[in-house]
Amino acid sequence: MSEDAKIKVTIDGKTIEVAPGTTILNAARQIGGDVVPPAMCYYSSLEGSGGKCRTCLVEVSKGSEKDPRPMPKLVVSCSTMVMDGMEVKNTSSERVLDARKGVVEFLLINHPLDCPVCDQAGECHLQDLAFEHGLSKTRYEFKRREFDKVDIGEYIKLHMTRCILCYRCVYTANQLTDSREHGVLKRGDAAEIGTFIEKNLKNDFIGNVIDVCPVGALTDKTFRFRSRVWYTKPVDAHCECTKCSGNAVLWMIGDEISRVTARKDAYGEVKEFICNECRFDKKDKNQWTIEGPRKISRHSVISANHYSKEIPKHTTLLNKA
Amino acid sequence: MTRKLLLENDHIEGIRSYDVYRKNGGYRSVEKALKKMSPDDIVEEVKKSGLRGRGGAGFPTGMKWSFLAKPDGVPRHLLCNADESEPGTFKDRYLMERIPHLLIEGMIVSSFALGANQSYIYIRGEYMYVLQILEKAIQEAYANGWLGKNILGSGFDLDLAVAPGAGAYICGEETALIESLEGKRGNPRMKPPFPAVKGLWQRPTVVNNVETIAAVVPIVNDGGDEYAKIGIGRSTGTKLISASGNINKPGVYEIDLGVSVEEFLYSDQYCGGMKNGKKLKACVPGGSSVPILPHFLVCKTATGTDRLMTYESLSEGGFESGSMLGSGGFIVYDEDQCIVRNTWNFARFYHHESCGQCSPCREGTGWMKKVLHNIEIGKGKMEDIDLLWDIQSKIEGNTICPLGDAAAWPVAAAIRHFREEFEWHVKEPSLSQTQNYGLISEKSFVTESV
Ligand SMILES: Cc1cc2nc3c(=O)[nH]c(=O)nc-3n(C[C@H](O)[C@H](O)[C@H](O)COP(=O)(O)O)c2cc1C
Ligand code: SF4
Ligand code: SF4
Ligand code: FES
Repeated sequence: MSEDAKIKVTIDGKTIEVAPGTTILNAARQIGGDVVPPAMCYYSSLEGSGGKCRTCLVEVSKGSEKDPRPMPKLVVSCSTMVMDGMEVKNTSSERVLDARKGVVEFLLINHPLDCPVCDQAGECHLQDLAFEHGLSKTRYEFKRREFDKVDIGEYIKLHMTRCILCYRCVYTANQLTDSREHGVLKRGDAAEIGTFIEKNLKNDFIGNVIDVCPVGALTDKTFRFRSRVWYTKPVDAHCECTKCSGNAVLWMIGDEISRVTARKDAYGEVKEFICNECRFDKKDKNQWTIEGPRKISRHSVISANHYSKEIPKHTTLLNKA
Repeated sequence: MTRKLLLENDHIEGIRSYDVYRKNGGYRSVEKALKKMSPDDIVEEVKKSGLRGRGGAGFPTGMKWSFLAKPDGVPRHLLCNADESEPGTFKDRYLMERIPHLLIEGMIVSSFALGANQSYIYIRGEYMYVLQILEKAIQEAYANGWLGKNILGSGFDLDLAVAPGAGAYICGEETALIESLEGKRGNPRMKPPFPAVKGLWQRPTVVNNVETIAAVVPIVNDGGDEYAKIGIGRSTGTKLISASGNINKPGVYEIDLGVSVEEFLYSDQYCGGMKNGKKLKACVPGGSSVPILPHFLVCKTATGTDRLMTYESLSEGGFESGSMLGSGGFIVYDEDQCIVRNTWNFARFYHHESCGQCSPCREGTGWMKKVLHNIEIGKGKMEDIDLLWDIQSKIEGNTICPLGDAAAWPVAAAIRHFREEFEWHVKEPSLSQTQNYGLISEKSFVTESV
């Protein structure tokens, strides 16, 4: 097949042509909208990520033009490549919705549900996921798993109790550092994110683990408890930086910078990682050139605020005759 | 009369040592293979033999070998899976402990067939004394020219080493084994790519069970056709069964595949019947991961035919009324055993052994364990039984590796067949603490009319 050959895939009845080697998830993202499965562990710029959380499971109802047999098991869309003529069901499959509900429940049974005091609330993917797919009450009657909070590095707090073990931070640390400083200890539901030598994550870019974390397990110590994110106003800004692109988002409270993060795309992924200096040290407005308000495209609480509201799609009246 | 292929010389005094092993015909297959056969000839014989993987999944070995990618200039590896950690399975230990040279002989012939020059035996950390036995045997094999450079002047080089795990069941899963061998955390990899294409250090790799590799020795010695004469249908050759539980003669038995379950369970040649004249309540025929069978489905299938010790017959009826041969861990329960307790015990194991990578297995195994424990100690509710069913159904098929299924199946089968016993536990919270339920009532399985 030549380089620019395209292959056809249909997801929930919508067809698109993509390059060979594209995953089902990325094909769905190219279509956009409701056909996109949620992804809690996959992160396109992190090599090896994906496959773990199982929220992105989909049904392949037709394997390909050549071999139309359906795949017997649900597959993870983040790591399964599309084939020409493949037909996929995401929200149009009862099996998928049922399995996903199960996964969300699994992710929540040991989660502390301490959203009211969690810095991530409002921009937490687990919160969004639970809202969209979860049950409103728990069937879990046991004590939830708990860990002590630890400082990992100078700027980062690890609140392991909230971790969903997506491994994103592990892959980030692996890719940023030559020596492995950050990994997973123990196994099963006792597994925890650990640094071999606590407080030793000194790499200039390690602050990015905060941005890749889908939940409030890794938070910015310079921002902890300063504000709810929805009271802060995000603006795009850049600065002159020798270490990184200097392209960031400033989260303002009035005239003050409450926190600095990298810019995330519609799926919560950072495309340009920023350095620790930009993130943790440049908290003076004069150090930045402000470009304008940031459009938050995700349907999170922040975007429900007044500055850039997306109009919900399903506004059709039921009684429209 | 059963012919033994693997444990034939098991009783011979000193068979663990090289000299005795050699005197009794040991290493003949290496001579034959290296002097008279090409690697492809060996693969062909293994295909003809119908040998299927003895590690649990029963995948045809010859086919697996022919899938091995052979890109130019890239080394290939053969790994022997001696992690044997499935509850109820202890046959590999027996074989390695008694006749270590048989495994080494099998490794040499199989490595030659696959073109591997560096092979490993990955053994579970708890088998440290077996590791020492193997290392001694490997030294003897080196000293006598069966390992190392230019073996028997054939030009074939092979180095063989034993690597111990650190005590994790999950490292028996082939890709977790590879990770562990590479010095990493034993998390299973996502497939594809399969080890046959990218395995150890991203090189083409075959992983086979101890017994599978040992079986290559008689296949090369006597020919694949001869091996295939034993057994029934697609279940050929002999199989080591680890028999345990309430039987008169627990132990490791080499059987011809195709022996009836009834004969295996009750004849004096094998298990010798139920201990203390008790009644049979249930049987897990293939290691803790396979579905449990209630007493009336052990020796007969749902359609009333005799159940045989074969891959096909043990799984006849699917999960509705069948089970699996699995790794051959044959666990027998008498009327005094509690199925709720047993299921809880298995759930405890899978919870403890989950690597924790994927959410359904990491969270679901612990949840099932806790719910089962409540039922076991008389704190269960009726809804708990349906909850358990729901949890297992959401783990099964939705995980990275088969450990998730292995955790779900025993729970599913216990509820499917023994629901009345679970309900009794809930209804009789105090009585169930001092008494056992006994046998469950027989159900008839409506057979679909053709
Ligand atoms: C959780 C888990 C544990 C396993 N443990 C073992 C084991 O201890 N020994 C073994 O031979 N295979 C084990 N297997 C199966 C291996 O993944 C693999 O299929 C086998 O080693 C292939 O060898 P075979 O084809 O000779 O059976 C395990 C699989 C899983 C999912
Ligand atoms: S700390 Fe966050 S990024 Fe790291 S594994 Fe846990 S949830 Fe994922
Ligand atoms: S199924 Fe369980 S053991 Fe297997 S990869 Fe997932 S968490 Fe690990
Ligand atoms: S995003 Fe695919 S499994 Fe997590």
